[in-house]
Amino acid sequence: MAEARNNVLYASRRLRNTVATSLAYAATAFGLGWLVLILGVLLVNGVGGLSLDVFTQNTPPPGSAGGLLNAIMGSIVMTLLAVVIGTPIGVLAGTYMAEYGRHDKLSMVVRFINDILLSAPSIVIGLFVYEIMVAPMGHFSGYAGAVSLAVIVIPVVVRTTEDMLKLVPDTLREAAASIGLPRSLMIRNIAYRAARAGIVTGILLAIARVSGETAPLLFTALNNQFFSMNMNAPMPSLPVVIFQFALSPYEEWQKLAWTGALLITVTVLALSIIARSLTARKQ
Amino acid sequence: MTTASAPAVPLQGTHQVTHTGVSAAGLAEKISIRNLEFFYGDARALKGIDLSLYANKTTAFIGPSGCGKSTLLRILNRMYDLYPGQRATGQVMFDGDNLLDAGVDINLLRARVGMVFQKPTPFPMSIYENIAFGIRLYERLPKSEIDGRVETALRRAALWEEVKDKLNTSGLGLSGGQQQRLCIARTVAVKPEVILFDEPCSALDPISTARIEELIDELKKDYTIVIVTHNMQQAARVSDFTAFMYLGELIEFGVTEKIFTTPGDKRTQAYITGRFG
Repeated sequence: MAEARNNVLYASRRLRNTVATSLAYAATAFGLGWLVLILGVLLVNGVGGLSLDVFTQNTPPPGSAGGLLNAIMGSIVMTLLAVVIGTPIGVLAGTYMAEYGRHDKLSMVVRFINDILLSAPSIVIGLFVYEIMVAPMGHFSGYAGAVSLAVIVIPVVVRTTEDMLKLVPDTLREAAASIGLPRSLMIRNIAYRAARAGIVTGILLAIARVSGETAPLLFTALNNQFFSMNMNAPMPSLPVVIFQFALSPYEEWQKLAWTGALLITVTVLALSIIARSLTARKQ
Repeated sequence: MTTASAPAVPLQGTHQVTHTGVSAAGLAEKISIRNLEFFYGDARALKGIDLSLYANKTTAFIGPSGCGKSTLLRILNRMYDLYPGQRATGQVMFDGDNLLDAGVDINLLRARVGMVFQKPTPFPMSIYENIAFGIRLYERLPKSEIDGRVETALRRAALWEEVKDKLNTSGLGLSGGQQQRLCIARTVAVKPEVILFDEPCSALDPISTARIEELIDELKKDYTIVIVTHNMQQAARVSDFTAFMYLGELIEFGVTEKIFTTPGDKRTQAYITGRFG
């Protein structure tokens, strides 16, 4: 009797297990399928346009051939400046929350606001920087573009820095204190060292995140058909050029847009892989 | 932790400590604890502790889990200061100063009262740096002299022979027992006067445990040692004095041999014979 009952129970559990596992596989396949499709379409349409010209010539006027040099350089410069502005702020704020203010109310408030900022629509950030920089200055500029990207970098870095520092065991902090190490030195020499791979990963992921941002740049750096390293003037960037060229009726522009999209995707992919391998090596 | 066979003796008031076989002759008090109370928030974890820790002797704190022995140990280098809501009252005299005083420089205190933890905690840096780091904290020395100090510390911790050819590799690559000896070397390198051991062998295999115990016996010549342990054989093997604690009180303090053969308090007897805890 008892055995028969258990068998029914077991059989139904097995059935449910099979169904649930199949659903999980199906969902994974569905999700990954889109990724493969996107990458495939990008490769098919983008690889054809890849040539040295892409990296040596500026964006062309409609109807003629050219490259993406000015857009690539604009993106690199603004992203770099955004990281230079955002990283110290993010790391310091994350350090405060994980090391000094762990039990303070202020930390909770900062964490809450940071989470909102983390998921704020980037177009809102673009409008905000437009209001505080572009409007008062009277013109679009690379500086404004970099600041809007920095505003996106900060919450990512804050979050990963705090999380990674919290993974450093308290026993290590106590061990550092036990030889008479003041807290500031403990953070610099022990906690940062233990959390280094994770914090660097956060910065890389932030770069990956901003390198594809279009909306905030539309309102801040705008675009520039010409090569310009003047941060105080409108500056081109890959995402905005893609946006503009993809919507245009000119075939050369559309082709460049595909190539640009492929470049950004490959860059983001490479950054993510580097970030992954950094954390993987640590474990 | 207390079971039904817990001693039927009612709890005595504070200050009722049984002293077993201690004569002060030939002993120098290194740390003198008087009327010490400790609070986690509002909860009182230690009640009126009076205890003397003698220079160049090893004192073991034993007692069931939650009795306050680790709490007491962590007061001696004010480790509790790292956490908000924890406070101590009373006196802990260390070379004439009450180390509970607000004016005490905690970092200097911790350089004088070193600590070795339950789990090995090497810093995420090379073996050499693990030790040199602490030395450089308080002394500005030429490289050759630091090299010497690193070697001396590693020799004291009986680790030198095993690591002398790989000083620049990460301290995290060592085995658990080696890591623990590295932590002892790191503590010794700062030249403390007192070394606190918080269950230093509980994460180690028997061979590593035996080596650490030998080491503690060796270190006693130069340092005052306090060890918290759950292992009563270990307390019996390494310590000169034993303090038995129960429910936040010091129940009995005495010469280890006497405590383990003829304890003066029924609760001590119940604990060391394994009837509770």
